[in-house]
Amino acid sequence: MYDIENYYNAETIKEAVTLLKEHPEARIISGGSDVLIKIREGKLAGTSLVCIRDIKELKGIIKMDSGDIYIGAGTTFSHITSDPVIQENIPVLGEAVDQVGGPQIRNIGTIGGNICNGAVSADSAPALFSLNAMIRTADGSGGRTVPIHDFYLGPGKVDVKPGELVTHILIPEKEYTGYHGHYIKYSMRRAMDIATLGCCVVSRINPSANILEDIRITFGVAAPVPLRCVKTEEALKGSPVNEKLYQAIEDKVREEIHPRDSWRASREFRLQIGGEIARRALERTVELAAGGERK
Amino acid sequence: MKKERVLVQCTVNGKEVAEYVDPGESLLEMLRNRLGLTSVKKGCEVGECGACTVIVDGETIDSCIYLAVWAEGRNIRTLEGLEKNGELTRIQEAFIEEGAVQCGFCTPGFIMSATVLLEKGEVLTREAIKKQMSGNLCRCTGYQNIVNAVEKVMKENADQK
Repeated sequence: MYDIENYYNAETIKEAVTLLKEHPEARIISGGSDVLIKIREGKLAGTSLVCIRDIKELKGIIKMDSGDIYIGAGTTFSHITSDPVIQENIPVLGEAVDQVGGPQIRNIGTIGGNICNGAVSADSAPALFSLNAMIRTADGSGGRTVPIHDFYLGPGKVDVKPGELVTHILIPEKEYTGYHGHYIKYSMRRAMDIATLGCCVVSRINPSANILEDIRITFGVAAPVPLRCVKTEEALKGSPVNEKLYQAIEDKVREEIHPRDSWRASREFRLQIGGEIARRALERTVELAAGGERK
Repeated sequence: MKKERVLVQCTVNGKEVAEYVDPGESLLEMLRNRLGLTSVKKGCEVGECGACTVIVDGETIDSCIYLAVWAEGRNIRTLEGLEKNGELTRIQEAFIEEGAVQCGFCTPGFIMSATVLLEKGEVLTREAIKKQMSGNLCRCTGYQNIVNAVEKVMKENADQK
């Protein structure tokens, strides 16, 4: 039995926003794989809940006429991975969320919940950062659009105001067309584990000139919030694609990330792994750009 | 505060059920305590071990971290609903043949995960089977025989096509 004070069920976004305004102390629950655990652990014991899992408008993935990709916040990880729009346009996101927990968790956990939870280890975060995702909210008076870079405020803290609800994520067309991405999760176990470090590289290669035209590198668990390696990116843009580039990403990333010591891994170990997975992720995007098949 | 119970109507193993549940009650508790479906095991209660795995609308979930009220209108399957006229399903038989059962506590959860996997009709590599079964833990560590059983039935199904 979960220690829940009051339970309110919303069937529309409008209803959810009204309930959140009427009950500012209530927490939003969707898949439940984070919130219910926190109630069980006592951290959220006795909380009231506004449940948004029956809201149909929050589910599903659409490629809009503009080419932008719309991902409902209540879409589960397994539905993202199996979705044809994702597979065709931004497969890196489907692959990243396929590394969350195990199958049962991926069948209930939602992408909106993953980012709103604010965990730096969220497997969706590095891919969403490297795709320059936009987060859309509703608050009953128009809502806001927030770039994902500004959405994470600190560990477990995100830019969702009281009475506000994340409704969907947008991946603008210009941010993925011509790009290839790869996410590497480094963890102690291959399943049911939290990332020790995660890195997503999204790159655009000019194949005829063999030049790295654009690159976005994001780390999970290398700082208090997911971290874009902007300095490294700037230094690498325009470089020829060769061994020198791969060595450069490894070295520069190690200068830019600030991982911490924790019981999962030491700072030194994370620095070592960080350079290595950034290099491998970039190498993989180069293979994909050259027509390499997705595994 | 005295909580009001909520009526949940859903289908469990092909039968319509209606139960008044507490808003804080998990589906695991409803299935075990109200419906007597004790194949659904209470293990870690935090969605890590998979002992409480059931199938909701064709997808496996950990019923310990799923509120009973969420079952409204849904189709739920547990191990009890698999046998037909006293006959085991092929995957259940394969678990016996391959010695995939040790203490047996994880077995119902594993069978439910395997059932969904086999119903999809895909033919997977051993590594891919392991990934699809990774949400279930066997504390006796009898994984090889469990994967053998799933692989065996998957191969049989493919050969029959």
